Amino acid sequence: MTGQIELGLLVAQVQKSFGSHKALKGVDLEVRKGEFFTLLGPSGCGKTTLLRIIAGLELPDSGHVFLGGKDITRLPAAKRQVNTVFQSYALFPHLNIFENVAFGLKARQVSLPEVRKRVAEKLEMLGLDGLEKRYPHQLSGGQKQRVALARALVNEPDILLLDEPMSALDAHLRAQVQEDLRRLQRTIGQTFILVTHDQDEAMVVSDRLAVMKDGLVEQVGAPRDVYSKPRNKFVAEFLGAANIIQARRDGGRVVTDFGSFDLSSAPQWDEGTLAIRPEHIQLSDAPNGDPNWVQAKVREAIYRGQSLDLWLDPGPVRVRTHAKGRLAPGDQVSLFFPPEDLVALDKAE
Amino acid sequence: MNKKRPIVAVVAIASLIFLYIPSVAVAVFSVNNAKYGLTWKGFTWKWYEMLFQNEIILEAALNSLFVALVSTAVATLLGTALALGLDRFPWPRRLGKVMDLLVHLPVVTPDIILAAALVVTFSVLRNISSSFDMGMLTLVLGHITFQISFVTLVVRSRLASLGRDIDEAARDLYASGTYLFFRVTLPLLMPGILAGAMLAFTLSLDDFIISFFTHGPDSVTLPIYIYSSVRRGISPEIHALSTLVMLATVILVIVAERVSRFRKE
Amino acid sequence: MNKPDDQGRFEAENRREAEAADEYSRGLTPPEEEVPPGLITWYGGIHRAFDLRVKGASLMGPGIFWLLIFLAVPATGLIVLSLAQRGSFGEIQWVFSLENYKRLIGYGLFGWTPDHLIILGRSLLVGLITTILCLVLAYPLTFYIATRSPKVRTWLLFLLMVPFWTNVVVRTYAWLLILSPQLPPAQLAGFMGLIQPGTPLYPGSFATYLGMVSTFLPFMALPLYSSVERLNWELLEAARDLYASRIQVFTQAILPQTRPGLTVGVIVTFVPAMAMFVVTDLLGGSRYMLIGNLIQQQFGQSRDWPFGAALCLALMLLTMIGLMLYRRWGDLDGNGSGHGERK
Repeated sequence: MTGQIELGLLVAQVQKSFGSHKALKGVDLEVRKGEFFTLLGPSGCGKTTLLRIIAGLELPDSGHVFLGGKDITRLPAAKRQVNTVFQSYALFPHLNIFENVAFGLKARQVSLPEVRKRVAEKLEMLGLDGLEKRYPHQLSGGQKQRVALARALVNEPDILLLDEPMSALDAHLRAQVQEDLRRLQRTIGQTFILVTHDQDEAMVVSDRLAVMKDGLVEQVGAPRDVYSKPRNKFVAEFLGAANIIQARRDGGRVVTDFGSFDLSSAPQWDEGTLAIRPEHIQLSDAPNGDPNWVQAKVREAIYRGQSLDLWLDPGPVRVRTHAKGRLAPGDQVSLFFPPEDLVALDKAE
Repeated sequence: MNKKRPIVAVVAIASLIFLYIPSVAVAVFSVNNAKYGLTWKGFTWKWYEMLFQNEIILEAALNSLFVALVSTAVATLLGTALALGLDRFPWPRRLGKVMDLLVHLPVVTPDIILAAALVVTFSVLRNISSSFDMGMLTLVLGHITFQISFVTLVVRSRLASLGRDIDEAARDLYASGTYLFFRVTLPLLMPGILAGAMLAFTLSLDDFIISFFTHGPDSVTLPIYIYSSVRRGISPEIHALSTLVMLATVILVIVAERVSRFRKE
Repeated sequence: MNKPDDQGRFEAENRREAEAADEYSRGLTPPEEEVPPGLITWYGGIHRAFDLRVKGASLMGPGIFWLLIFLAVPATGLIVLSLAQRGSFGEIQWVFSLENYKRLIGYGLFGWTPDHLIILGRSLLVGLITTILCLVLAYPLTFYIATRSPKVRTWLLFLLMVPFWTNVVVRTYAWLLILSPQLPPAQLAGFMGLIQPGTPLYPGSFATYLGMVSTFLPFMALPLYSSVERLNWELLEAARDLYASRIQVFTQAILPQTRPGLTVGVIVTFVPAMAMFVVTDLLGGSRYMLIGNLIQQQFGQSRDWPFGAALCLALMLLTMIGLMLYRRWGDLDGNGSGHGERK
């Protein structure tokens, strides 16, 4: 097997309509073996439909899904080495935890000693040992979620699909579970594909993520890259707070309402928009004459606990700084816009 | 807020008492040692003893039980299959609506029209075979006709509450169609099927109008027997019989309650 | 992680991605063409729609066939039958005319009489009054049950279930007993001069409604309870604070919220009450003849099936009109306040 590229999942030109609604408008995607991949987008962007197509629960109108180099587009869910953690968990209410987890193995007639061994392994791994005889309705939300995970993972699928698995959990539990999930994936090294509308969650868990909107993939990449180098306004704003600045090109620099800047990569347009994250703008009292330094006045200061948000004049520009800073409306500040953090956005179609 | 409204409590309790006056009265008179008249002449079990020596009544009781058992078995089978067929297959919306209407028909139609329709059907079928003369067969067929709908509706509401993702999860976990049905759908549906069967059984035992129209001389059920004896005049034996019928109802309701409690778990 | 390292990782990944995609395009499963239109996903499986329908039809088949043979076809047959005539020995003469319907509205051998129309009207009226009486009792009853502790509630509901399932013949018969002349109710009425002393309290309208309400109260209360149980009590409190008037609390807060149960209750009470024949037969006497009794006569003693069929159709029509009127009223009111829909 050495030297051969391990084939993951390839989604090619997948389209899907429900009646007159186009849920997916030609999606291309590649998920590598062993990575934690996230489909991120607002509700109705088609991410769940895409997940269901990968799971075999939905047929695309056109396009293909390849897994390990084989076309599985029309392979039923029951024959795919792909398992799903459903949003509702969909545990079998009439079966106890052991039977729930053993379901997939028993359906494939794995021998009983083997079933016992593998189920016990997975229950232990997820901290569910001792709950074998309980029924789903006797478990907490977090426990249910882990049973759903165990039930899918015990089959050692090529890909584990997770459909908004945190949505049924309490907010304070969620952060913990996200980290656990990431650790779990790193430990077992299986391919995970997660669907979520929560950008924080996507950032925490993913190796790579795809931002989706209206049935199309807007951008794919590592969370850090997509966050700091958004391709367009939608991605910039969906992933977190962003300053969107009107600008035009003037030679090697771009000119905006409150100054002209150098960019590390030149824009493709003559007139368009720039984006910069509020926390990437650096703040200082004294200007130092660098070309990307500008002067501004604080219009409004919003204390957020871990940070201090400043709305500036000229603007509208938001700067996020340490909460320790004691700035009040009216104060003069100097700002540095690092060239590598100023991103020229693609023009919206 | 109603704790402050005595009138609500008074009306409520009075209504409940009102509902039980007839039953209690009959039970009391069933142990009254008086052949004629209703004045209290002391306690006796003799009407019950006479009841159990009355072969006509025993036969009627057996008839009721037989009809209920047979018709419930058939109706549960047909009704469950019908519910599965209606709910779990991709019918065009319009066809689904027509089927829906057909299934609801016996529920919204007054019993007496159902009974009249059955009388007409059997009179036509009698031209084919004399076994459609009014009797045990026609009675059973009549009961099944209204039971099917009730079983279907109960099972179907249970099916609808199961949702699609349980099935999808099973499929996702490599279940074949048969495995899915016997390991997931059927066990989850069982409480609904049992509840439907209980309902059908009780409806059959309880039915008067349809039985009245479709029974023959060999298939008199308890309600019909009581009705015809009342027309002839009240007798203490009938008090005893009625009391027993009510007791049977209480037991059935308790059993049904147990079934539905099991369903919730 | 520092910046250049990350950048390097990013580029390496990009390269791997390109290579992998390349690998796919070479010599792997040739992509199949579009999904054939007959293939659908259904409850997690992939099937041909045609196969699914064959399977579904074979499951539904027996039940649907049964309902068609014993219900739909004969119900339609009643229409044909209603146009035929009764022969002199009770047989059916297939001479088609509207004679039965003429009889229904009163034209008989001896000119016009309103007898049948009175029976129709009375059926409607008895159904209506029974429904209203049950309603008036069912609201306090269900409110009372819903505000008890869970344990008491279970018991009270059980108490409501038993009469629901008790045979109507048995219960009507029990009333006959209670209203008989030897017992206090009739004696009291006799003493007060309401009836002849020494006669029973039946037949008559008092006995009839007593029997009807005791038969149908559980029919009304049980569905209503399912709505009252889910009532938003805070809304009631709010309404009480805002409106103060009890009638408004009822029409603005309670009625819209309990409409689903109320609708079911009204239907399952009104329809069978109108067609009732046991209670009216035993407790009502000839003056309380309803359409149900009339139908029973035609299929029984009179052996006049064609006229019976015409009566059945009239009853069906009355039922439909009743339900339609109720639905119209329900819709209007529902749009007016609209609390119920928002839940």
